[in-house]
Amino acid sequence: MADTVQPWNTASLPGVASAPAKRNGFQLFMRQRSTIALMMCTPLILIIVCLIIYPAFYSIYLSMLNKAQTRFIGLSNFAFLMSRDTFWMVAEQSTIFALSAVFFKALIGLITAHLVNNLPVKGQRKWRGMLLVPWVIPLALSTLGWWWMFDPTNSAFNYTLRSFGFEGIPWLSDPYWARFSVILVNVWYGAPFFLIMYLAALKSVPEQLYEAAEIDGASAWQKFIHITLPMMHNIIAITVLFSLIVTFANFDIVQIMTAGGPRNMTHMFATYSFLLGIRSGDLPLGAATSLFMLPILAIAAVFILRGVRKRGREIG
Amino acid sequence: MSTLAAVAPTTKRVSIGASLRRNRRWALIVSYIFLIMFAVFFLLPPYYMVVTALKSDAEMARMATNPWFIFDGVTLDQFRILLGQTDFLIFFKNTAIVTVCVVAITMVVSILAAFALGRMKFWGSGMLATGIFLTYLVPDTLLFIPMFQIVKSIGLLNSYWGMVLVYPTLTVPFCTWIMIGYFQSIPKELDEAALIDGAGHMQMLLKIFIPVALPGIIAAMIFAFTVSWAAFVYPMAFLYSSDQQVLTVGTVTSLIRGDVYKWGMLMAGALVAAAPPLVIYAFLMDYYIAGLTAGATKG
Amino acid sequence: MADVTLRNVVKKYDDVVAVSSINLDIPNQEFVVLVGPSGCGKSTTLRMIAGLEEITGGEISIGGAVVNDLPPKDRDIAMVFQNYALYPHMTVAENMSFGLKLRKFPKAEIKARVDNAARILDITELLARRPKQLSGGQRQRVAMGRAIVRNPKVFLFDEPLSNLDAKLRVQMRTEIKRVHQKVKTTTVYVTHDQVEAMTLADRVVVMNGGKIEQIGTPSDLYHHPKTRFVAGFIGSPGMNLMPAKLESNGSGLKIRLSDTLSFNVPESRAARYRGYSGKDLLLGLRPEHITETRGLENGVGQEFSIALDVVEPMGMETMVFFRIDGTEVCGRVEPTAAKRSGEIMQLRANLDHMHLIDPATNEVI
Repeated sequence: MADTVQPWNTASLPGVASAPAKRNGFQLFMRQRSTIALMMCTPLILIIVCLIIYPAFYSIYLSMLNKAQTRFIGLSNFAFLMSRDTFWMVAEQSTIFALSAVFFKALIGLITAHLVNNLPVKGQRKWRGMLLVPWVIPLALSTLGWWWMFDPTNSAFNYTLRSFGFEGIPWLSDPYWARFSVILVNVWYGAPFFLIMYLAALKSVPEQLYEAAEIDGASAWQKFIHITLPMMHNIIAITVLFSLIVTFANFDIVQIMTAGGPRNMTHMFATYSFLLGIRSGDLPLGAATSLFMLPILAIAAVFILRGVRKRGREIG
Repeated sequence: MSTLAAVAPTTKRVSIGASLRRNRRWALIVSYIFLIMFAVFFLLPPYYMVVTALKSDAEMARMATNPWFIFDGVTLDQFRILLGQTDFLIFFKNTAIVTVCVVAITMVVSILAAFALGRMKFWGSGMLATGIFLTYLVPDTLLFIPMFQIVKSIGLLNSYWGMVLVYPTLTVPFCTWIMIGYFQSIPKELDEAALIDGAGHMQMLLKIFIPVALPGIIAAMIFAFTVSWAAFVYPMAFLYSSDQQVLTVGTVTSLIRGDVYKWGMLMAGALVAAAPPLVIYAFLMDYYIAGLTAGATKG
Repeated sequence: MADVTLRNVVKKYDDVVAVSSINLDIPNQEFVVLVGPSGCGKSTTLRMIAGLEEITGGEISIGGAVVNDLPPKDRDIAMVFQNYALYPHMTVAENMSFGLKLRKFPKAEIKARVDNAARILDITELLARRPKQLSGGQRQRVAMGRAIVRNPKVFLFDEPLSNLDAKLRVQMRTEIKRVHQKVKTTTVYVTHDQVEAMTLADRVVVMNGGKIEQIGTPSDLYHHPKTRFVAGFIGSPGMNLMPAKLESNGSGLKIRLSDTLSFNVPESRAARYRGYSGKDLLLGLRPEHITETRGLENGVGQEFSIALDVVEPMGMETMVFFRIDGTEVCGRVEPTAAKRSGEIMQLRANLDHMHLIDPATNEVI
């Protein structure tokens, strides 16, 4: 005699929430949540993969082709570049440019941040507003303005120098002055960014630490060395590394003011690869040139990531 | 200390008091002096650009007068010529179209991704967030060569729509990064309250999180706007006809007729081109700065 | 070691007077507590002694020398902050030796002082740790250690225990007292907690609204408050303040609390109060002077019956709350004698400890 076992048909039993069905619904919900999340990230992932990662790898492939892009020539482009004197000048200039510009930007940023922080709070906003202006004007346009101020025949700077009895300076026509001018414009443009960052960081140091140090007998300089710098050293590191990357890859200033000259002494990796790749039409060679930036950028990126992670732990 | 007690307290105290207060005031005066020097350094070029834009060509040709000031009268001629006789307005229009499109695309992509990465924990979200940050470190001067080839093969070379395609690489990573920080700083309880009230994820995003994270969104929009407006490398490499050109490249290269640099007009052009970011900055300075600092301080 | 003197000290922020005319003499080695509600000016006064705030008017002297214009580091003081203010990137040992290093003390001396202070405070095993690895109580000790190694003329404490939980606070209070007994430095201590003030102080300065209400030993303030504020502030639970009318009763005085309840004023006080007969005053009586009847022998105090509102058993005693004409009054009774809420209980009030306050001047008569 077989007992008729009626299989539980949950659908036909209204109001009975059977355990298996509920767990399925819950699982569905969980899966829904991550799929939704992933779907929301899709446009971003698309952009990053198609417009950043793919081109980056394509660049590597491109750099190993010949000019007409018909043959694969391996590392010949790189070898060719490294045999040219101009290339080594480009490397030297890029390094000098990046290191000195970032150094002065950070220094000016730190000094001005302290100066603004010492003002009564009401005035700080005004000064901060004024001092950030160079960063707000599109770099290409302010470079145009600097170019006008450096112009050989009409330089306003030279006018002032001459009226004091000095000779005019060949701002853009002498190679070493040209290097100076290019760095000067970059420092002018970038220092306000450091000012803003360091001002925010200064304000995050608790006032009581300074008071305790004051009672312990610290002078203003000692307070700076023993309290301000240690508390700020993470953000200083992050901004410096970040600026190194951006400055190293700079294009606008050199391209507009000197186009790499005179005598190729102001060329950076970016402008040189533009010259070779776009102006002269040898895309693979241009790609190879720009790829030389990769090692520096990679190293800086690693350090930045570490710094940002550490800061995240400090805050959180 | 003991010497203080030995000498008559009152007279000594007055002079010490005066000198301490004088020291503090001196420190403030010196601060202001240095600040003024820095302000002069930072504001000199824009000032000179304004002066030049308001000068007549004749005065500029006469190199005897002090170029830092206007002597022959302020004139708006340069602006007239700029707007009437050059392609400047075309450049402006193109730049405006590109910028608006790019800001819109950037915001949609960034907000969606930032919300997902900031509040919804899913497998790989940490890696993706780090990945986004890393891609921001890849400069445009590295990518523009391969992109040239890619954009050419799509047929968008020499078209400002190519810019709309390419600019998001400059804006999306950082904007996403900013907004992840803002979304994360909204307390978790809001999620739970909304869930109890019966909201779905999209509704939560639209009705609750976007309004609450509005400062971050504004800051990100300003950043995207400024970067798009000021972009130079891509248009320099990809655009060559005037009717497609954007402001930055157009002002710098196309306003030069032959070998004659009409500096007055150039400066006028530079000023008008720089005006939109400056105006936004003037009115929304706090959001502007919040956008910059958010990237670093929110880790 | 030194004494601290404040003469007519005033502090103004623009037109707002935060501290008005403080006069205070703190002899060498005394532990003085400035106590009062938020905003009464106690922290501001402390910071003026430290040199962290400019003195708008008056003089502050440490060790006989006027220090108004000396920066904090030249005043030879040490301070313990509410938030400890430990240097986060330095170890405990480095935190404690920072001030000495700045003053160019020899290494051996620094080590000796740090070890000594660590021993006194029982933090020797923590010397190599960083502040973020320490608990609240440990951090507080390190902050004290930093002050002790300096061997200053004056210790200044700015609400150091406010950030600790209740139990830890009690522990640290004892610590601080023990350290003071060992190190015997003049101490100025600020707190809003009157229990801390009473347990730690040699003398207490009660402040309110930028002024000193009263200075005295804890016992003085407890038994002989001079103003209404001090009477209500000191003591936990606070003194009962009940509106009352002073009446003549033949040759004596009576204090009437309601239509049904009045007490005879003890003879010892009658002379002092006679001039106020007929006036509306406030009767101040501490809860411990309203007790159960305790049998009839003692004869101290006057009995009355009243319905109990709320009864709070505290273990060692029970607090009973009742109302006289709308004013809530508190009494302390033996747990076994206490009735229940709503019931009528017979209580005894000991009026030898009464205080009368004139509401017009808010002073104790």
